[in-house]
Amino acid sequence: MKFLEDLGRFILLIKHGLVRPPNWRMYARELVRQMFDIGNGSIVIIGLIAIFIGAVTAVQFLYQLGNTLIPTWYIGYIVRDSTIIELAPTISCLVLAGKVGSNMASEIGGMRQKEHIDAMEVMGVNTPSYLIIPKILAALLVIPLLVIIAAFVSIVGGYLASVGGGFMNTQEYVRGLRSFFLPYNLWMMLIKAAVFSFILTSVSCFQGYYVKGGSVELGKASTNAVVVSNILILVADYLIALMFTT
Amino acid sequence: MIKAEQIIKSFGEQQVIKSISIIFETGKTNLIIGRSGSGKTVLLKILVGLIKPDSGRIWYDDDDFYSMDAKELQALRMRVGMLFQGSALFDSMSVDENIRFPLDMFTHKTRLEKQKRVDYCLERVGLTGNNKKFPSELSGGMQKRVGIARAIVLEPRYLFCDEPNSGLDPKTALLIDELIHGITKEQNITTIINTHDMNSVMEIGETVSFLNNGLLAWRGSKSDILKSNNDDLHDFIFASPFLQKLLDEAGQSLG
Repeated sequence: MKFLEDLGRFILLIKHGLVRPPNWRMYARELVRQMFDIGNGSIVIIGLIAIFIGAVTAVQFLYQLGNTLIPTWYIGYIVRDSTIIELAPTISCLVLAGKVGSNMASEIGGMRQKEHIDAMEVMGVNTPSYLIIPKILAALLVIPLLVIIAAFVSIVGGYLASVGGGFMNTQEYVRGLRSFFLPYNLWMMLIKAAVFSFILTSVSCFQGYYVKGGSVELGKASTNAVVVSNILILVADYLIALMFTT
Repeated sequence: MIKAEQIIKSFGEQQVIKSISIIFETGKTNLIIGRSGSGKTVLLKILVGLIKPDSGRIWYDDDDFYSMDAKELQALRMRVGMLFQGSALFDSMSVDENIRFPLDMFTHKTRLEKQKRVDYCLERVGLTGNNKKFPSELSGGMQKRVGIARAIVLEPRYLFCDEPNSGLDPKTALLIDELIHGITKEQNITTIINTHDMNSVMEIGETVSFLNNGLLAWRGSKSDILKSNNDDLHDFIFASPFLQKLLDEAGQSLG
């Protein structure tokens, strides 16, 4: 019952925010600020995680393929596709749910508690439109870019681990990278990135927007934002995989 | 003029407002007083549209608040200013940006015109030259004054103040009271102040509405308060032992 009530409120909140802004410049400024916050604040952590994801994927598949007839150059292919199809969008967005999502829930929740949202409402500002929609749009624009960077860095990580570790040479890794490439997989990565971005920002903003009480409740809202976003990202990941691969 | 008709509001089982009808007059400082939990904050939030009542109607002059479409509501919002209890200044914006926010959002004035208006409002609240400061660099009284400046920047016809003196020393509180009263008179606006500061009542209470247990228990002017026979009002006004002692002494000296 609570789930249905929350779902209804979530849909109404997003619907309420989808209106024509009274002043495009103010909204554009807020959009740019959000894009900068999401991108600038996340690129290092995403890069760091991606490089290790690629390296670990390469090393573990080398171990698994060790005593088989599958040639080692397949590692490049495996790293590329597992990164593009799954690891770059999913792991990046799970991490971003923790970083960006909790930050958004705290920011909006703090505004609710300090009556900033009420002050804006009294002025006539459509707060879902001004506070939430630019965050979702910013995430939809920036997070796919971060995921593309993560995919690239992850492949570089795989290269460093496999070639730098002396398990194969550059030609073999590149041969794997260039084999069996399906551009369709890139679309799957971008669609996942966009869906996950929407989930992590909208859920986090929703949790913050309806926060009641004091700092304990704000902390809970922030935690809920991360937990609910992560669960929904994993469910969406499965559904997208099902739709695009079967 | 703002008129509330038979406002009722419950939260769960608890009825916080039990059918209140009240008129707030134009060009006057209309005070709502009452104990904590008497329903005055809820009433103020209902009047300003932040909380929807279970039943009842609100009139802003001739406009029925709950019959307005989105466009009319937006136009009304631009005629409403509100000072919040905690000032509700946006932390990440400077004083200048805070006051300019409604102008940026809703007007198409030039940058120069906006700056002139911001500077005028800052001057009006006695904070000229503080444009670049951030809310965290201001005292509580200064934050309230910036809150007032932001509330009047769009030249509202209705001004709402929720506990404008909470957390302020008596001298600063008096300054805020005089400021709100002065603006009300200058601009001939309808001002509604929610307070439990008795100094405010005695200084600027042109009409005073006393809420008790969700009902309008008494209404009159500041000069009527002392003559009133309402026991609840007397208990509330003279709850302070200091005031009670003064009253007793005044009574003794008068014989």
